[in-house]
Amino acid sequence: MTPERERAIREGASHWLVQPRTIRLLWWISGIILALTVVAQLWIPVHAHFAVDGWPGFYAGFGFLSCVAMVLFAKALGWVLKRPDDYYVKPTQLAPNVLKDDGQDDDV
Amino acid sequence: MFEFVMPPAFILIAGAVLVALSRPALRPIIALLAPLITLYAIWQVPDGVQLTTTFLGYQIELVEGSALRRMFATVFALMAFGGVLFAFRQSEWYELSAAMIYAAGAIGVSFAGDLITLFIFWELMALFSTVVVWCGGTESARAAGIRYAIVHLTGGLILKIGIEGIYVATGSLEIQALTLDSFATWMVFIGVLINAAAPPISAWLADAYPESSPMGGVFLSAFTTKTSVLALILLFPGQPLLVWVGLFMIFYGIIFALLENDMRRILSYSIVNQVGFMVTAVGIGTELALNGAAAHAFSHIIYKALLFMSAGAVLYQTGVRKCSELGGLFRTMPLTTVCGIIGALAISAFPFTSGFVSKSMISSAAGYEHLGLVWFLLIAASAGVFLHAGIKFPWFVFFQKDSGLRPPEAPWNMRIAMILFAAACIAIGLFPNLLYGLLPYPVDYEPYTAEHVVTQLQLLLFAGLAFFVLLPLMKRTETISLDVDWIYRRAVPALAGKIDRGLTAVSETVSRTLSSLGKFLIKGFKEGSYNYFSSRAPMGHTALWMAAVLALFLVMTLII
Repeated sequence: MTPERERAIREGASHWLVQPRTIRLLWWISGIILALTVVAQLWIPVHAHFAVDGWPGFYAGFGFLSCVAMVLFAKALGWVLKRPDDYYVKPTQLAPNVLKDDGQDDDV
Repeated sequence: MFEFVMPPAFILIAGAVLVALSRPALRPIIALLAPLITLYAIWQVPDGVQLTTTFLGYQIELVEGSALRRMFATVFALMAFGGVLFAFRQSEWYELSAAMIYAAGAIGVSFAGDLITLFIFWELMALFSTVVVWCGGTESARAAGIRYAIVHLTGGLILKIGIEGIYVATGSLEIQALTLDSFATWMVFIGVLINAAAPPISAWLADAYPESSPMGGVFLSAFTTKTSVLALILLFPGQPLLVWVGLFMIFYGIIFALLENDMRRILSYSIVNQVGFMVTAVGIGTELALNGAAAHAFSHIIYKALLFMSAGAVLYQTGVRKCSELGGLFRTMPLTTVCGIIGALAISAFPFTSGFVSKSMISSAAGYEHLGLVWFLLIAASAGVFLHAGIKFPWFVFFQKDSGLRPPEAPWNMRIAMILFAAACIAIGLFPNLLYGLLPYPVDYEPYTAEHVVTQLQLLLFAGLAFFVLLPLMKRTETISLDVDWIYRRAVPALAGKIDRGLTAVSETVSRTLSSLGKFLIKGFKEGSYNYFSSRAPMGHTALWMAAVLALFLVMTLII
């Protein structure tokens, strides 16, 4: 990268990689490669350890669906397990002297 | 020239001590040379027990060689060299020294011929990895380091109980395959698994590693969990329980990494995920599976260190650790981006990277054994690895959106370390025999068949498609996820606080009741005293009572 280009990028010029035209092109190229990997199974026979894994496009479908399942499961689990990221920063209410700062125990 | 005179671990320990004592100008040279000399010494160790000595009245075997042990020690020494190269200009000397002794501990465990030696080096690792965590230098690093130390010292204690039990029962301290048929072997099993971040004690890893310094994380990613894998291969090969423990770790790592926002915590969860693959392989226990576990540990150490290096370089240059605040860094850190992507492809087992030639041995081993469920779960998990580490990490750190951050490229020593490790990932991928030649069992396995490459590409690329299709669901939130450590970080303190407050309230009520009772009595005595004592009674009463007493006295004298 030339210094001028680097300066331009620092100042906010949009990189060729993030221009809409490039992104559209990348989607097309990826789509074609995805299709090719499935079509390739016409010429390359896959030996199955079990029955279903010999089906054409098995790995594509299984990979895609298991990823969807994992993302959805993670999303559902997130509702239960997610906390603000200062959750553990707040002091625990362990000792009475911590409580005194909260003003919960001032009647002595 | 160099005769084998002492355990390779001692060379690295000596190097670490020299780094601490020498002048600042000499430190980098010593720190870089020590792992290389250690590596040379490792290759000089022949098979069999090489060095025995007496320790506290026990015969211990400090060095025992075998192909498997040399392989693990080799990658630990390489890792120590790469880590020092990445860190030597940025780290303080004590961080370098501690990291070198930590690596020496891992090498010591690799060559340990008996359980006592294993335990000593095990504890050495626990102590000095804690120091490396503390070198993060923040308040949260201090706290996380203490939690980390508590977990590992407890784990060490459990391991020691097991070792003592085995010695009492059998009189032998040999490292050999054990069966889970007694309390002592269970203790050893649990002690080893705690270091592997197996459930339920897995939260320590993602808790402590992200708090280390940008350089410290590189060292931490390598040693503890992988020595534990080696110990499992040596002590519990083919233990069926490990298959399920490993599978749980695999999916735990994926799911928690998907939820995570901190970039190095994503990588930490993915360590648990990858170690899960190795633990599963040890559980399957065939020669191919054990070869796979060892090979995967070797390639994992290199690509995971590479990922931690690229994350460390970003953290060092920007000071930002959250994915929600990062993005678009490929503009000004192109080399770090490329190296990070190579690491990410390797961890995802992309063809022509190191992960491909090692991980496929594990899934093939499950396939050959006709472990149907295990095989399908491993394949789903391979897709999941691409999802949570292979794309998620580079996408959110280097691409995603333009965060406005324009950090300069990483310092030169960091760049060289990243280039070396990235080259190693690709070299092993292109020439798998480099790795297969080190394995404990003869390798009759060909990773590059047309069908294997095509199916793996299908699996990974469609996982990638799933990522971009589901991108709206993956939007980063500024959150953490609760884990088992919630029990000891929140639930137990909260419960203790409740009990403490409850008891305080009871004791206050009791003392308040007692004091008000006392007050009431004293007030009663003070104010009502004239009812009982004469001092405040009128003179007439006194005269009357005197007369009565005298009269009584008179009557009594008359009678008596």
